[in-house]
Amino acid sequence: MALIEGETGKWEMVIGLEVHAQVISNAKLFSGASTAFGATPNSQVSLIDAAMPGMLPVLNRECVAQAVRTGLGLKAKINLTSVFERKNYFYPDLPQGYQISQYQQPIVGEGVLTIDLPDGSTKDIGIERLHLEQDAGKSMHDQDPRRTFVDLNRSGVALMEIVSKPDIGSAEEAGAYIHKLRSILRYLGTCDGNMDEGSLRCDVNLSMRRPGEPLGTRTETKNVNSIRYVQQAIEYEARRQVEVLEAGGVIEQETRLFDARKGESRSMRSKEEAHDYRYFPDPDLLPLVLEQEFVDGLAAELPELPDEKKRRFMEDYGLSIYDAGVLVAEQANAAFYESVLAGGKRDPKLAANWVTVNYFGALNASGTDLDDAPVDAAKLGGLLDLIADGTVSSRLAKEVFEAMWESGKDAATIVEEKGLKQITDEGAIEAIVDKVIADNPGQVEQYSSGANPKVIGWFVGQVMKASQGKANPGTVNQILKRKLGG
Amino acid sequence: MSAPTRMTLAQARDALAAKKISARELTEAHLTAVEAARPLNAYTVETPEKALAMADASDARLAKGEAGPLEGIPLAIKDLFCTEGVESTAGSHILKDFKPAYESTVTANLWRDGAVMLGKVNMDEFAMGSSNMTSTYGGVVNPWRRNGSDEKLVPGGSSGGSAAAVAARCALGATGTDTGGSIRQPASFSGVVGLKPTYGRCSRWGIIAFASSLDQAGPMARSVRDCAILLRSMAGFDAKDSTSVDVAVPDFEQALTGDVRGLKVGIPKEYRVDGMPAEIDSLWQQGIDWLKAAGAEPVEISLPHTKYALPTYYIVAPAEASSNLARYDGVRYGLRVEGETLDEMYEATRGAGFGDEVKRRILIGTYVLSAGYYDAYYNKARQVRTLIARDFKAAYETVDVILTPTAPSAAFAMGANMDDPVAMYLNDVFTVPASLAGLPGISVPAGLSMDGLPLGLQLIGRAFDEETLVRTAGVLEEAAAFTAEPAFIAGD
Repeated sequence: MALIEGETGKWEMVIGLEVHAQVISNAKLFSGASTAFGATPNSQVSLIDAAMPGMLPVLNRECVAQAVRTGLGLKAKINLTSVFERKNYFYPDLPQGYQISQYQQPIVGEGVLTIDLPDGSTKDIGIERLHLEQDAGKSMHDQDPRRTFVDLNRSGVALMEIVSKPDIGSAEEAGAYIHKLRSILRYLGTCDGNMDEGSLRCDVNLSMRRPGEPLGTRTETKNVNSIRYVQQAIEYEARRQVEVLEAGGVIEQETRLFDARKGESRSMRSKEEAHDYRYFPDPDLLPLVLEQEFVDGLAAELPELPDEKKRRFMEDYGLSIYDAGVLVAEQANAAFYESVLAGGKRDPKLAANWVTVNYFGALNASGTDLDDAPVDAAKLGGLLDLIADGTVSSRLAKEVFEAMWESGKDAATIVEEKGLKQITDEGAIEAIVDKVIADNPGQVEQYSSGANPKVIGWFVGQVMKASQGKANPGTVNQILKRKLGG
Repeated sequence: MSAPTRMTLAQARDALAAKKISARELTEAHLTAVEAARPLNAYTVETPEKALAMADASDARLAKGEAGPLEGIPLAIKDLFCTEGVESTAGSHILKDFKPAYESTVTANLWRDGAVMLGKVNMDEFAMGSSNMTSTYGGVVNPWRRNGSDEKLVPGGSSGGSAAAVAARCALGATGTDTGGSIRQPASFSGVVGLKPTYGRCSRWGIIAFASSLDQAGPMARSVRDCAILLRSMAGFDAKDSTSVDVAVPDFEQALTGDVRGLKVGIPKEYRVDGMPAEIDSLWQQGIDWLKAAGAEPVEISLPHTKYALPTYYIVAPAEASSNLARYDGVRYGLRVEGETLDEMYEATRGAGFGDEVKRRILIGTYVLSAGYYDAYYNKARQVRTLIARDFKAAYETVDVILTPTAPSAAFAMGANMDDPVAMYLNDVFTVPASLAGLPGISVPAGLSMDGLPLGLQLIGRAFDEETLVRTAGVLEEAAAFTAEPAFIAGD
């Protein structure tokens, strides 16, 4: 729990997040129209999405399955009966004049999400509920000086609104929450988590209190669409509330709008101006009743989720919490790591090191996706095998890896072509050692007189240099010590 | 063979099958009648070219022996049904000239079975009304007159155009929709048969919504048999309507056995409301006697929550309507009245587009769903609705069908009750309970008022037991031998 030091003492943040996650599905929540991103405006609009007279919604079962999967992934209660209601308000990008959402009876109830904090500790954040609802269309105010245009492609796309309990105590925890939630959604394949395309959007509920005191009045900051902005919005709002409170003011319950360019938020509407949404059960839809077998079937097909995978990586492979955490953050990364391991009898720790440091480093540096990378798991595994059997030194392995990345060739080919094979032949190394000793009597004197025992390191460097890095460093060390006497 | 427009639907069907008349001849006769009936203001759109093309196609199929169950039968379609390329406006200015690019499931089913569309018929705006007076096209004139009077009367509503068209012999049948009595009450006022099926029997897809949990399409025609024939084609499960029920559609005509021996007919004592005209009461007793004479057993039953049905209906229906009608905002289709701001555009569009009754119900509906009032009104109404449904369920443990009057009065004058919405709402007092319970109901013309106006009796059946309804209605119809004719018959 991060405390804010105000003029008059410490303050504690109480944060709850509402995340709107776009469901991965081919069709919309209540219509057959496509959900693909980036299509020509109004090209993916069914009669239902445009709310033509007499049109009726029909629930897309796949969206229901996705919500249940997500609920299971959040270790939440799945409500076998849930109800779609209408949330009524007028806006041009809301063709029906109401959004079909779930209100009193959501499909998913209470659950929990464990966040990973930078110090390696974890914290459980309660999940209040998850419900299914329709997205609205998009109003475009910047196409014409006087008119607003409306794109209904997004109208009716399925969203999961995932509401946390007010268990989040800092901007850092909020960031960790979204990271973890996104990771779980991606593992489940229920939301692509792409914040740039608006697939994951966030509203921040925040209040301040003195430690140990009851909850204060909260504000809701809407439209915060990146993890960085969420953290900015939290820091900004926490500061603002502390300033108001310390000046003897009161926090108004209000909705605020975040301005990403300024890193600030401004009041959008007060409690008095809040809409009366006139929720009532949608009479076009029957209550959604699920069979327990349906839920059980989805549960049985659930993939291994990040927390379980992390635990397994630590237990089975002896990885550090940090390495395990880095590897499991994305399912594809973890799968890549395991396919490197699966290719042979390979050291899990060495593999983890190579995957997280060298391999991910190369991906980042080149801006490449795992799928398009020039070195695949088999090739990386091949390199690890050459390290393990002493064919290449660790130092040269880095050079080999760079060459592999450049050319796409496998490790053995690179080693062969560049002659980077490690020299383990003692005779050959001894000849180099002899030459270095003969050429550097001064340093030999420093060592044998005991004036500078560390000079042996310099000798190793010289030998390695003379061998173009190919000599086995261990062997060089042994021979040097023997020759120099020590 | 009688004049083509004077046949019942069943007679016309048989005449077509026997090649005594062609579909084109039948349609032409009806198109002439439609023209002749223009003073009634029943049709809002006439589609003669479409009708003749469909009739010719029917003749071709009849010739090839590929006739559907409704082959060549000319019908009037309530303006609430979306019909592809033909104005579908729900009787509202806000949908003026709206031509959908799609066909409602129910009308598509009718065309699939060979029916011919004569045009769209008038209705109360968005099906809100019991007089057809709230239509943007103006009221419909009931073809009936009181004895010795030329005062124009309403045909009832909201399916007033459908009832008038069928009564005036300018359609063999019509589609109606019933939310709280909108098929049965105009059927009673106009001396025709109107059947509201079980909620979920006919698809609501493509029918402009009024109150989604109540709206149900059904047939209106000049005999029980005709309604049975039409219902078979209209009904059926539709995956596009989540409230449509996947049950088999029987051949309802087969249910017309004429045999009600041993049938237990419930007579709910709560339907003897204060101030009910004696002629309605005596007609009801007459109905009981007819069924008894046919071997059925009248059983007095109690539906204790009946008195709450009307207030419950006038909370539930407006609540749903206030939300269903939100889409008419001037943004995408229909009327738009420009304004300086978005809110001004909304206000100007909806202010100009909706009539008074629709506005009244949107206001009521918005109010009962508002924070602070929701529990007292909407939620309470939902609870009472459950109790009303439970009343019927309990009654059907001892009876097979329930007999009541359809409406508390005969047709009234055009313009009457217009300044007294509550008096207007009372028209629905006998029809609303079955609507709230989702049960099927049928109104059969059973007699004339002292003034010579038709009066209907209503039968209410078990859910999805339209067959018992049709069977009992057939016996009632035969006993009543209702042969009176309206003052106006197209072509006479």
